[in-house]
Amino acid sequence: MEYKDIVHRCFRCGYCKFTDDYQDINCPSYKKFSFETYSPGGRMWLIRAWLNNEIVMSSHYAEILFSCITCGNCKEHCVFTFKDELLNIFEAAKTELVSEGLVPPAVRDYFKTMSINENPYKEPQDERGKWAEGTDIQRYSNQEYLFYVGDVGSYDERGKKMARHIGGLLSEAGLSFGILGKEETSDGNDVKALGEKWLFQQLAEDNIRKFHEIGVKKIITLDPHAFNVFSQEYPLLGGDFEVWHYTQILNMLAKEKRITISSCEMKVTYHDPCYLGRHNRIYEAPREVLSCIPGLELVEMARNREDAFCCGGGGGNFFTDILGTGVDSPNRIRVREAYDTGAEIIAVACPMCSKMLDDAIKSEELEERIAVKDIAEILYQAVVH
Amino acid sequence: MYELKFDEKMCAVCETCDCLVRCPYLNLDLEHAKKEVEKLIQGDNSMVLTECVTCYSCEEYCPYGNHPFYRIVELQESQDIYPAPKPIMNQQIKSMSPVGKGKVEELKDPVISLCAFPEAKKALRGDLFQNPNNYFGRDYFCNLMYLHFARSSIIKERLPRIIENIWKQKLNKSESKELICYHDECYATYTSWAPAYGIEVPFKPIHFYEYLYNRIRASMENITPIDAKVAYQRPCSNRLIPEQQHWVDDIFELLGAQRVKREYDREDALCCGGILRMQGRDDLAHDLQVKNLEDMEAAGVDYCVFNCPFCSYTLSEMVKERNIKPIMMIDLCTLSWND
Amino acid sequence: MEKIYNALTDIVGSGYVSKEPEELFFYSRDQGTSEPKIPDFVVMPRTTQEIQRIVLLANKEKLPIIPMGGSLTLSGLCIPHRKGVVLDLKRMDSILEVNETSRYVLVEPGVSQGALQSYLAIKHPELMHSIPDAPPANTIAGNILIHGSGHLSQETGFHTEMLNGLEVVLPTGEICKTGSGSISPKWFARAPLPDLTGLFLGWFGTTGVVTKLSIRLYPKPLKKDVMMFVTENPDHIPDIIYRVTGTKMAEDVNLFAQPKPDWAEGFQQTVINITGDSEEEMSFKRRLIRKSVEHYIKSKEGGFMLVLPQLKPAMKEAPLRELTRFADMMKGGGFEYVGGIIPTESFPQAYYDTLEIAEKYRPKWSIMCRVIGRGHAMMFAYSWPFNRADAKDVEMSRKALFESNISSLKNGGVIWKSELEGQRMMMEKMDPNTLNLLQKIKRTLDPNGIMNPGNWEVV
Repeated sequence: MEYKDIVHRCFRCGYCKFTDDYQDINCPSYKKFSFETYSPGGRMWLIRAWLNNEIVMSSHYAEILFSCITCGNCKEHCVFTFKDELLNIFEAAKTELVSEGLVPPAVRDYFKTMSINENPYKEPQDERGKWAEGTDIQRYSNQEYLFYVGDVGSYDERGKKMARHIGGLLSEAGLSFGILGKEETSDGNDVKALGEKWLFQQLAEDNIRKFHEIGVKKIITLDPHAFNVFSQEYPLLGGDFEVWHYTQILNMLAKEKRITISSCEMKVTYHDPCYLGRHNRIYEAPREVLSCIPGLELVEMARNREDAFCCGGGGGNFFTDILGTGVDSPNRIRVREAYDTGAEIIAVACPMCSKMLDDAIKSEELEERIAVKDIAEILYQAVVH
Repeated sequence: MYELKFDEKMCAVCETCDCLVRCPYLNLDLEHAKKEVEKLIQGDNSMVLTECVTCYSCEEYCPYGNHPFYRIVELQESQDIYPAPKPIMNQQIKSMSPVGKGKVEELKDPVISLCAFPEAKKALRGDLFQNPNNYFGRDYFCNLMYLHFARSSIIKERLPRIIENIWKQKLNKSESKELICYHDECYATYTSWAPAYGIEVPFKPIHFYEYLYNRIRASMENITPIDAKVAYQRPCSNRLIPEQQHWVDDIFELLGAQRVKREYDREDALCCGGILRMQGRDDLAHDLQVKNLEDMEAAGVDYCVFNCPFCSYTLSEMVKERNIKPIMMIDLCTLSWND
Repeated sequence: MEKIYNALTDIVGSGYVSKEPEELFFYSRDQGTSEPKIPDFVVMPRTTQEIQRIVLLANKEKLPIIPMGGSLTLSGLCIPHRKGVVLDLKRMDSILEVNETSRYVLVEPGVSQGALQSYLAIKHPELMHSIPDAPPANTIAGNILIHGSGHLSQETGFHTEMLNGLEVVLPTGEICKTGSGSISPKWFARAPLPDLTGLFLGWFGTTGVVTKLSIRLYPKPLKKDVMMFVTENPDHIPDIIYRVTGTKMAEDVNLFAQPKPDWAEGFQQTVINITGDSEEEMSFKRRLIRKSVEHYIKSKEGGFMLVLPQLKPAMKEAPLRELTRFADMMKGGGFEYVGGIIPTESFPQAYYDTLEIAEKYRPKWSIMCRVIGRGHAMMFAYSWPFNRADAKDVEMSRKALFESNISSLKNGGVIWKSELEGQRMMMEKMDPNTLNLLQKIKRTLDPNGIMNPGNWEVV
């Protein structure tokens, strides 16, 4: 197993479980399941135990490993020099399980769906670009930017709405961009996070070849998961593109006054998506977009930026639901935290966060009190069209 | 081993004894000073050896360049007089000893020595500097700071090897064979101390400010004048190379910064107090620092500009408390630069 | 066992009982060199009543119970030596009451140091508790019950001296309170009642499961600074400690010595933390502390090192993250230390002993000491890092630890939070009547011998 030479270095000190100021337990799986085995230190020690033949692979072991939703809090707060390898180690251990065929059923089903349908929704490929029907958005043909929408943006209702709002704003600003529509395929981020590195490699190489063939140089992503994998992993496979998240582009357009923004009174709190925030250090651009809107009051949750608490949608959990539901599920905890700020809107920059938090609002019975909106939708509301 | 080029006869006939009379800390009149100079010539135990704060001023004040301070240091060491507590001295000696891990690099000009201050590396970015080659590390450390600890022997022991490391490992591909010295102390090592001991320096040291001045001058269209009042905290090691002082004024002029007239500046500059604190002379350090900062405050400065990181570590917090912004000279230049 | 499993599930819910190999593996060991011992179950109760029911069940089934907080003692105190049920108490994580005027906080046993520290910083910013240097995951209960110490210990003693009272489930199942909380709704004092609290301090869980603790809080100063006094002669240290603590100006006094980095070898670094509410107060304290060691400065035997501003934040942290990083010194993720509680005058000999032990077994070592009370004692940590992946390396550390125990006792000290071997050494040296009393109390409180067996046991 890759990284097997450093797994023994974990001291299980527990810094990885907390926020920076130790206020909260910030590891979603540990928070949900409580046993130490579900903490990052627990995983490290179990992986080592497996490497040393002190335990055998089992469904429980698999559940523990796959309950890591790759939020990156451990990497952020671990005090040791190998901290940046933590998620890679968990991924490598998952890969071992994948190669043994010992994955939880939900993970197995996800891989199967991805292999057969090339998307996790079992929807036809042809449906992929349908969200853009009725808009002015063009197919990609050597425009300056490729607007990459991703699986959730293409098939999930909330995701499609996000795509339309983003596309609408980019068009209004006169930005040169196009979409792949039904030619678009999965970015593979969550496939990789779940340890299926061979399927990921196939997806990535296909995308890189396609992008090169059609001359893509700059990509705007809807989904931070795609942003992450295009920025961090694709270059290692020969795919070097300039990658932007849509909030960065909207920020640029607002600052350059390419869109006209009117006042919009609302009290908003912003939820940092893990793949934009901790993984890629983009904390301010989304906030700056919100701050451009006169009348909008931005309030912060106690856990924000590097300390944001994951909604539970990462690491493939959006599709596999290993963490399950219940009052201690991460999305419900996060919604309660957002509600405590007094905000009426939770602003998101990720379609998975959007769905996870929206579901949690319903579970918490807070539909009359707080709503989830993505940043593009909020800005779209405020823009003079 | 290396001997200090100290001319006893020159000191013996000196009428003014500027080295001791002008010393900001000893308060000696001419008569007393002459007696102490005589002891220093003879190598006797003089009160100067125990009272010296090691500010280097006497090197500047001596009109004959006869190295009074280096002489003091030699005598302190030979008489087992320790300006600083021995554990502090020994720890400092150990902490910067060469480690033999220097590597040969093919550095093209300009080559900047950051000595023991890697934090300056991040300031050397952008179009103002155009990413010059630079290096730092214990194998290239000039060691001159051990003058503060009365340890010429350490400098004599280490410096030849350091010079060799620089020459063979960093300047091997340099066409100009010039070394830009970030810190006054490095420049002073190669242009003042080494010659005083007959140690050959094969490369040509360039003061960092000279390099900075030329860089700015070549790109004035990128400079937005700072239009601020500044105080300059002159490092003690600049006393060893007073002929380089003018670069400070020259750079300020290019940047549009006004160096205020104040009491404790230029030849009357005060020690930052950092070394005094290490020596355990905290009351004196405190007094100097208060005087210095009150002087800056009274002059209404916006910035206190440093070149020496050690001065900056020592004084920055106190400077901030008086609503003056502490800033390194290199950062002041970057501030006025339009990227 | 199935019957017991079902009974436990009935008490805490199926989600909080495990007999899976993964949990049993993890909870069988800690970060130190102690041999692992697999438990039968791991259970995570949420309430005192659940604990009571578990204890009653354990008595009935003669099942050992091992209460566990953060499990960060490194000396195997939560290892189930005779199998049984490991009670992970971290679900009991409520901060029940903060009384600002009487300055105390009542917590459940699973409240972590980090959580309390943060809670107070946000909700009661004028108050703080004494924070140990163990990672923030360590529990208030775990640290106090082993007589821990922290950043206020130089002023106020061991953490047990800051304890007002407890609620505890006795080994026979009764729920009992000690201190003022046994009479009053307020948990503000331990005295003047007969001190039953002591029956649960330092006993390593052999006398009951603590379910509530009330600890003292202290005014939180606005400013903090750090001074570092460097010496080369360990013989000076007791006098330096005496002088510095005699000023009553320091908040925390720690001492470090180690061979790496190379500039540290041969030096002792006494780190003195001072706090205050104004710069005037801070200057005054600095001056008095400097004056107290003036003799050493003037004779050039010791001096204050300039602490670089960029290093101060890490040095002023509580807990000190740097101490945890020591665990990876051998790139092996392991370290364990013997915490000798020694009289201050024993420091030099303990220091020399460490060098001797290092010479034999371990080139990399560290001494970390915390002054307790105004120099009444020092917690002298003989620290030995090891590479967990190298069995020989682990064994060398074990040997070094063994000899460190001997050194502690030889120098008139007592071993803090000792593993079984050290407990045995202490019991062999102990006054026989004292040992008898200890055993009598254990037998009386725990007739079935279910509470963390193996600890404080005469073989």
